Amino acid sequence: MNFKLKDIGPQLLTVIAVVLVFGFFTYNAQVNMENRGIDFGYGFLSQESSFDVQFSLIEYDGSHSYFRAYLVGLLNTILVSVIGIVIATILGVIVGIARLSPNYLINKFAAFYVEFFRNIPLLLQIFFWYFAALRALPLPQDAEAMFGIAFLTIKGLYVPAFIWQNFNIFFYSIVAAIIAIIVIRYQAKKLQETQGKQTPVLLISIGLILVLPLISFLIGGVRLSFEVPVLKQLATTSFIYEGGVSLPPELIALALSLSLYTATFIAECVRAGIQGIGKGQKEAAASIGLTPNQVLKLVVMPQALRIIIPPTTNQYLNLTKNSSLAAAIAYPDLVLVFAGTALMQTGKAIEIVSITMFTYLSLSITISLFMNWYNNKIAIQEK
Amino acid sequence: MSKINFFKPDKSNLNTFLYLGSFLFFVSVLDVLLNSFFSLNLTGFLPGFLSYFLPLILGFVGLYFIRIELSGIKQLDQLNKHINTNNFNAILSLLIIFIIIKSIPPILSWFFVDASFAGDSKDVCTGTGACWTYIKVWMRRFMYGMYPNGEQWRINLSFIALALLGSVGYFATDKFKKYLTLYYVVIYPFIAFLFIFFFISGGPVFFDFSYGIIAAIISIIIGFFIPSKFKFYYFLIVPFALYLLLKYFIFYEELIELGKLDGLNWVETGAWGGLSLTFIISFFCLIFCFPIGMAFALGRRSGFPLIRYISIGFIEFWRGVPLITVLFMSAVMFPMFLPADFFIDKLVRCIIAISLFEAAYVAEVIRGGLQALPRGQYEAAKSLGMGYWRMHIFVILPQALKLVIPGIANTFLALVKDTPLIFVVGLLEIVGMLNLAKTNPEWLGFAMEGYVFAAIIFWIICYAMSKYSYNLEQKYKTDR
Repeated sequence: MNFKLKDIGPQLLTVIAVVLVFGFFTYNAQVNMENRGIDFGYGFLSQESSFDVQFSLIEYDGSHSYFRAYLVGLLNTILVSVIGIVIATILGVIVGIARLSPNYLINKFAAFYVEFFRNIPLLLQIFFWYFAALRALPLPQDAEAMFGIAFLTIKGLYVPAFIWQNFNIFFYSIVAAIIAIIVIRYQAKKLQETQGKQTPVLLISIGLILVLPLISFLIGGVRLSFEVPVLKQLATTSFIYEGGVSLPPELIALALSLSLYTATFIAECVRAGIQGIGKGQKEAAASIGLTPNQVLKLVVMPQALRIIIPPTTNQYLNLTKNSSLAAAIAYPDLVLVFAGTALMQTGKAIEIVSITMFTYLSLSITISLFMNWYNNKIAIQEK
Repeated sequence: MSKINFFKPDKSNLNTFLYLGSFLFFVSVLDVLLNSFFSLNLTGFLPGFLSYFLPLILGFVGLYFIRIELSGIKQLDQLNKHINTNNFNAILSLLIIFIIIKSIPPILSWFFVDASFAGDSKDVCTGTGACWTYIKVWMRRFMYGMYPNGEQWRINLSFIALALLGSVGYFATDKFKKYLTLYYVVIYPFIAFLFIFFFISGGPVFFDFSYGIIAAIISIIIGFFIPSKFKFYYFLIVPFALYLLLKYFIFYEELIELGKLDGLNWVETGAWGGLSLTFIISFFCLIFCFPIGMAFALGRRSGFPLIRYISIGFIEFWRGVPLITVLFMSAVMFPMFLPADFFIDKLVRCIIAISLFEAAYVAEVIRGGLQALPRGQYEAAKSLGMGYWRMHIFVILPQALKLVIPGIANTFLALVKDTPLIFVVGLLEIVGMLNLAKTNPEWLGFAMEGYVFAAIIFWIICYAMSKYSYNLEQKYKTDR
């Protein structure tokens, strides 16, 4: 015999076991669906959904298809994840650095924050913000304006809407600025590697991203005006704000709790990363005459990022997955809209749950592939 | 005494600066204190804006004055080093001190001073503080869910017994120490299962228990005569075969009756809930997810490509989806995959789902430990003639697991914090019960108290676990 039984045996057994289990499940599913008169298929996605969603980024009502409802849910999930990731990163970095502060009070304050928020279940925090904290906000008619333009009420946050003219020109100007920054960064790096000259990339970048859109305002014909929300009486005791953008309280509660919770983990990653850089590195950098800023920028941060990024990516993934807890407070995310309402209406359990899981799986894999690529890019190139 | 330059505090005028600085600092703190505790505003005569910032300015100037390096006074140097290194730090320190002072009175009054503790109806809760009466009245529901009041001693008794049995490890003498692993991995979970099955559930829900007992006793007795070489395979196969044989071929009604305990009412799992359910689910998931995770960690590092790919697929699948969809799957999709007459209890489905989900995370943590071991350990074990299993059990896993104690503790913490999600399938542990109590028409408007109560409980559990894991890590730390 050419092959060894010892090598093939365990693998064969495992594969047979897996195939048997899956076969068993598939067979049962077929029998069950036949008995209940359900047919398997994804055709329902193009049918009319006939349910409404409270908050959606794209135009949607009951006459649109299930696929459109799926898109609404997906976009809402992405929206809350992005908001959460941005706030959590900013907060996490600040708290992580504060944890390393020599100032006793700041240090303990940050430690208290981390220990407090990460030891309470996220779901409890979401409930707390949504059912207890945000319910204490004033009614629309009693709300006081923040900065004269925004209103934080029990029905949500109302902020002015931007009304653009020639938005596309403005958009192109920003794209042009970003491309220019990338080119300049590349050139600056090349310059530094070949001639050792330093270019103030940050200042130039800030200048570019401010100046180019400004030019588009001055000569591109871009106009921006604000639509401030105005209180409107519906009935004797019922008021709403009209105009502007309204952010529902579900979104606020969810984004707030997700970012407060995840920031504690990011803070720990940042702290571990900065602590992971040996003292010798900083001393060596200082001894060859780098200024403290240069030490931070050229020596400490590039190395610390290498330690910080992989676990932080995991936290981003966790945040995205945790955003599915939205279903608990009726924020119309993917799980609530699709795996909740749509499933109840169609009864297509297998199809809908599998699509939902597949969506999350691809979101996760996309983020982790991107982060792996970035991680490889900044990893030490050992010879 | 030299000339005083107020912009440059120096050591030669130490006393002047020290007294002036401390005076200003204490005035600022006093102002905030009075303002916060007695709502007195010392600086009310000033225009609003200035009155608001005056304590900050005073305190800042005070801290600036006492920032004298190498003053020779030990306490002052310590103070400067810790909270007063530069202007920025001084302002932050002041802000934190003021925030703490400002937030003490409202928190105290809400928690204790204005709170109501007495009585057992909503009427006593008229104050502005918390209504702890609400928690008192609903306490049984928060702890035991819908479990009948008269039967709750069963849960208490089981938990106390399990806690006592769990602490056996501390009292074991050296002679019995070597059996502890066996006890904790096999016997203790089995006893726990018995308690929950017999006492808390109170009926033959999962399988006909008496057959299992008889099969186990018979196979253990025969087991003594089996040569040690085959003992492993014997215990792997014979008890189950015996059980099936008893159940399907030698069928005695009396045996079924033997398996039932008289006098205990059956309480269906739908009625379980509250904090006790959190404990039950966490306990079983914790027990199940560890061996499954270990198996997949080994599978992912296995030399057989097919086993490796299956393990990778399993791990990445569970890690890529949120727990809530997994629970959805266990609730609506899983029953479709089983034969129509095959019923699995909702709680059991939940435990399976959470265990598989957390197992993937445990697997990744253990893999990290396995990868961190130097190759020399594997090679040394192999050169001693050890096979795969002996090598892993005696050399690799003890070292790898020691390395990943913090990671595993984090996963278990995440597991405990994930248990409230079972509301998706309709099981109500403490957070679910809170949401139920909140909507009770007689007790509307006490959401805050409930969530604060649950938060305190969870915080204590999780904090204790993380501290325990830290101690464990220190205990098993060996120099490498």
